[in-house]
Amino acid sequence: MRTPLLEIRGLKTYYFTFGGRRVVKAVEDVSITLSEGETLGLVGESGCGKTTTCLSIVGLLPPAARVVGGEIRLAGIDLAQKSAREMRRLRGSTIAMILQDPMASLNPLFSIYTQVAEPAYYHLGMRSRSLRRRVEELLRAVRIPSPAMRMRGYPHQMSGGMRQRIVGAIALAGGPKLIIADEPTTNLDVTIQAQYLDLLMDIQQETGVALIFVTHNLGIVAKMCNQMAVMYAGRIVEKGAVRDLFGAPRHPYTRALLGSMAKLGSKEPLYAIPGQPPDLAHPPPGCAFHPRCSDALPRCATQDPDDVPCGLNWTARCWLAA
Amino acid sequence: MTAALLDVDGVRKHFPVGSGALLQRQTAWVKAVEGISFTIAAAETLGLIGESGCGKTTTAKLILLQERPTAGTIRFDGEDVATLKGPALLGYRRAVQVVFQDPFGSLSPRMRVGSIISEPLEIHTKLSRAAIHERVAQVLELVGLRPDVASLFPHEFSGGQRQRIAIARALVTDTRLIVLDEPVSALDVSIRAQIITQLEQLQKRLGVSYLFIGHDLATVAHISHRIAVMYLGQIVETAESSELCANPKHPYTQALLIAALPAHPDDKRERLGLKGEIPSALSPPSGCRFHPRCPRAMPRCAEEVPATRQVAPGHSVSCHLYEAMSFEHTVGGSP
Repeated sequence: MRTPLLEIRGLKTYYFTFGGRRVVKAVEDVSITLSEGETLGLVGESGCGKTTTCLSIVGLLPPAARVVGGEIRLAGIDLAQKSAREMRRLRGSTIAMILQDPMASLNPLFSIYTQVAEPAYYHLGMRSRSLRRRVEELLRAVRIPSPAMRMRGYPHQMSGGMRQRIVGAIALAGGPKLIIADEPTTNLDVTIQAQYLDLLMDIQQETGVALIFVTHNLGIVAKMCNQMAVMYAGRIVEKGAVRDLFGAPRHPYTRALLGSMAKLGSKEPLYAIPGQPPDLAHPPPGCAFHPRCSDALPRCATQDPDDVPCGLNWTARCWLAA
Repeated sequence: MTAALLDVDGVRKHFPVGSGALLQRQTAWVKAVEGISFTIAAAETLGLIGESGCGKTTTAKLILLQERPTAGTIRFDGEDVATLKGPALLGYRRAVQVVFQDPFGSLSPRMRVGSIISEPLEIHTKLSRAAIHERVAQVLELVGLRPDVASLFPHEFSGGQRQRIAIARALVTDTRLIVLDEPVSALDVSIRAQIITQLEQLQKRLGVSYLFIGHDLATVAHISHRIAVMYLGQIVETAESSELCANPKHPYTQALLIAALPAHPDDKRERLGLKGEIPSALSPPSGCRFHPRCPRAMPRCAEEVPATRQVAPGHSVSCHLYEAMSFEHTVGGSP
């Protein structure tokens, strides 16, 4: 087997607040492997640690958070050992990130050209005419009409869908191997979302870039991804091929998430997961999901289960899967 | 058919737009809602679906009497709401309530949950303090919260719980119609299912009607009995929700179905044939408003506004493609 592009092993990221007296274990023992050209869907509810996992990869954690264990290898390089300066060189050239709100990720004071050109200027050393050509190419790749004219414009002159595509062009500008997209379509209308997702699939086919899709929308995972990892309370509770997990989910949380999804044209009652996600500062003992789990056993309240292999590259963290 | 609880007939709403620094001169009109008609029966849910800027929220405001229509009438229980005055108007405001999208913005952070829920009662009824207290406890239980949460503040609740509080507030006045303006868009998936299920149960128990506004077809189709699809201020198609999903007629409805995300990885969809983005309501396209983006547009679509035709019982569509078909139906006798 070829070496994977991204290999995360036992990642732990904690937030230290109140001068270190309160510790929130936002990411606990997360392992992910991703090969070139693959798309991973990282699924879970708000506050489950999806975004913290991604910020740990790109090294953009807020000051209160620290990676306290595990390793992150990207194309053989251990990112956890890198200095801030070295990370800056990798961001934009090897890893890129697309954030949820395109209005907040674009600077309203700079032209589209300046913002799309920046990664190519710094990471690829492009200048003047070749740089201009590159920006035009990128904007054309994300289907911006008349790119030569549009690149002189500013973010406020673009619609929401166009802005998000420009953020996509910036992510592509440095020729990355991995793009992390954190809920990139939540603010878009349905038809614009479908156009954007089709575009990302085309780009992936052309460039072979690996994608991590952070989302709570399982429909996006079904459409876009081949691998998925379900997170709950800072841990990955189940991961494997999308087809396997949608076909026969082994973890009750995965099953519940799939059951709570409204399916087009079906009037079957939705499965409502009772209760709320736990507070990570005071997680429940045992398996973190047991208070909301419909199949919980007595031991679930005291003992935390381990990853149980369920098939090829398929694990579930549940006593029932054993 | 039973008499409609709410009957919206040919309603238009145009907003003036001025030019110049102080908006002195009116130079144009934004035709936010351009001649829409629909009905909602008792204990029925009508889904109103469309993308941003299509006029969904303006429609909600017109029903809630926050805006007055430029033309057309809205009837509630057979009475024109524009003519309501005094106690009759208060009665209407009591019977029609609203739940907004963002439960963080719609609940005052400075009021206790009990005061938020009892405020409509204090305005609309002469109930005693004890009776109000009892009613608040009753609606809190209806939405699945413990009655003792009435003494807490909104910040002590999660998004899903806040949305329950908003629903409790909307139910407290013996409400007959609730306008739900994207009530689950801001919530997590698992919580979304809780709220949808709760709304469905409340309807069964109380016989309340809903106007459910949303843009996610799967969710809207799940909760609604009938669906009206809006595009740029007009309703382009209305049908029973199962009929609409199985047999969409208007090219825009078809595009919405293609754009809806699959429920399973094997459930492959064709690519979306739509081009471009939603045009501005300031200068809507001529003829059929959808024609610049329509994959099946014909030359006449740019010139003639399509009439609304019934293509099957309870299924009407505004599109030139279905003229011949609807002709047979009109001959067959349906109006």
